[in-house]
Amino acid sequence: MAWTKNVLRVNLETGSCTTEPLNMEWAQDYLGQRGLATKYLVSETDPKVDPFSPKNKMIFVTGPLTGTMAATGGRYSVVTKGPLTGAIACSNSGGYFGAELKFAGWDMVIFEGASAKPVYLLITDGKAELLDASHLWGKTVWETEATIKKYHQDPQIRVAAIGRAGENRVLYAAIVNDLHRAAGRSGVGAVMGSKNLKAVAVRGTRTDAYHLADPEAFFAATEAGKKVLAANGVTGQGLPTYGTQVLMNVINELGALPTRNHRDIQFEGAMAIGGEAMHEKRPTDGKANLITNGACFGCTIACGRISRMDPGHFSIKDKPQYKGASGGVEYEAAWALGAANGVSDLEALTYANFLCNEDGFDPISFGATVGAAMELYELGLLTKEEIGFELPFGSTEGMVRLAELTAVGEGFGKVIGLGSKRLCTKYGRPDLSMTVKSQEFPAYDGRGLQGMGLAYATSNRGACHLRGYMVSPEVLGIPMKMEPQATEGKPAMLKAFQDLTAVVDSSGLCLFTTFAWGLSDIQPQIQAACEGDWSEERLLLVGERIWNMEREYNLGAGLTGKDDNLPPRLMKEPAKTGPQKGAVSKLDIMLPEYYQVRGWTPEGVPTAETRMRLGV
Amino acid sequence: MKVGLKLFASLAAHLPAEARSSHRLDLDVEPGTTVADLIRRQGIPPDQCAIVLVDGVWVTQAGRAARALAEGEVLAIWPPVAGG
Repeated sequence: MAWTKNVLRVNLETGSCTTEPLNMEWAQDYLGQRGLATKYLVSETDPKVDPFSPKNKMIFVTGPLTGTMAATGGRYSVVTKGPLTGAIACSNSGGYFGAELKFAGWDMVIFEGASAKPVYLLITDGKAELLDASHLWGKTVWETEATIKKYHQDPQIRVAAIGRAGENRVLYAAIVNDLHRAAGRSGVGAVMGSKNLKAVAVRGTRTDAYHLADPEAFFAATEAGKKVLAANGVTGQGLPTYGTQVLMNVINELGALPTRNHRDIQFEGAMAIGGEAMHEKRPTDGKANLITNGACFGCTIACGRISRMDPGHFSIKDKPQYKGASGGVEYEAAWALGAANGVSDLEALTYANFLCNEDGFDPISFGATVGAAMELYELGLLTKEEIGFELPFGSTEGMVRLAELTAVGEGFGKVIGLGSKRLCTKYGRPDLSMTVKSQEFPAYDGRGLQGMGLAYATSNRGACHLRGYMVSPEVLGIPMKMEPQATEGKPAMLKAFQDLTAVVDSSGLCLFTTFAWGLSDIQPQIQAACEGDWSEERLLLVGERIWNMEREYNLGAGLTGKDDNLPPRLMKEPAKTGPQKGAVSKLDIMLPEYYQVRGWTPEGVPTAETRMRLGV
Repeated sequence: MKVGLKLFASLAAHLPAEARSSHRLDLDVEPGTTVADLIRRQGIPPDQCAIVLVDGVWVTQAGRAARALAEGEVLAIWPPVAGG
């Protein structure tokens, strides 16, 4: 019974905030968070809806383990139809916001319609109201959070807000909570902006918000889980010390680091922007970029990076607001802002990352779009006159200028805010957009890691590393080592990863626990927290059901098997250097097998038998 | 025979101070030196060697004693790490 069993429904058109009981039948089939909110979305909206239409809904949702003492139990998700992809969007965030929402007494908040004027939702224990946000419109995430806390005289209010990127409908705008944790991908922030909803502010102190099914068993299961995390080399030492950024050199050495819009597969500047570099003292001021690590609610891993920039760096010389400690670059951000466009200035990447947090936009899609613009510039398809400045690969100044222009929608930043697919299409070369379903790739090349290529192609929310992290077997040897270029067994392994990930994303836990935890570590925690029978088999069935439900939504939205594709560059241009030299993606071999393993037709549609088995 | 050794993350502590920023040490070794030999010779705890690559290609734990290094090859090692 770790659910509060309460849903808050907010009609932005009428201003009403009403509580209704959580559909517990659905909770038994979809668990919570990603799965449960998607079930609500698919049941209440037409998948063909324009993402910016008031008819599109947006759901903030927690999992049953959110706000409990389970390690990493602080996650929440935002589920809606994404404007970047036209597909299901589900963006997951940490920090403290999710747990606070649970303590206030709700499992999820469903936003309907659109407000005529800017508003923010204030939630306190058992009470919710929409308040005028006219004075907040035009402000950054950071200013918004500070203003709300000051106005309500409560520094412990947790705020999830959009910045100017969301207001200006940058197609990859994020929702940022706790200053630098983000529901980052697929443009959920732009949907929030389209609804004139500036922020959700929560203060929850209820100790009776939810009840654990078996408290004693839950304490034992979570305690056992924490011991596993602490004893594991990755979650006990590697992630807290170096963060995800330690992967930069691993992936580069392995020859799978997409560089300069995927023209290259290794980056000569990787060493300068990786996790180790963040620890090294700068020659300029003798201090390291990294100050310390940080943790989200209930987390015993603490992979977050807290950085302080070189105060003399050109990008912040006269900007004191960026000279303090703030959220540093994680691996995907450092790759996108750096290797993807050939920039190797760690301080510049940190500044751009600060801007992404401050004004709420996804550094992966932003950085990758800059990389595409640089290629168009080098090909002469984009000119200095159009951009306003020169933009060759490796231009630190160019990347920084675009980071400053994008959220506010000024100059060429307005075009960058459309994402690389629309940018490259506008300039006649859609093939140069390194995307799947119009969402930019993260930091692994699908030629170098065949399983990741398949994971990107089949991800329900467009190119994404967090829907089936095949890097684990292909690079890290977790749970077993698979050769990067092999295709055998990858479709089945990917399906298992995708289904398990859907379970974790629906529980309230962080996916990073799975570097140490298997389903046998997670299952006892869910079983002890939630009423009902939650065997491992049933949980995997829930995961598979969620995956297929998302697929059905996308099919209903008009996507087809043809969208399970990779750009021609990955299919036809062999990797130029390194151990994967000569490789192209073997998607054509893996995809038919993947459809088969999924119980889908050769066209990528779930068969009647699969639908019946899963009850989708 | 010349080979390269790259040590990353916490394993960089096993490099001489002057090699730590580049993470790389160039070494003269006897022909036939295996991955396991070099790990032992440099005093790197074998249980801390989670990701072991020779010229970017994974060497399994069981294969480290048999994998002889060739002239010019680079051995790169990480402790247990992950990202995402």
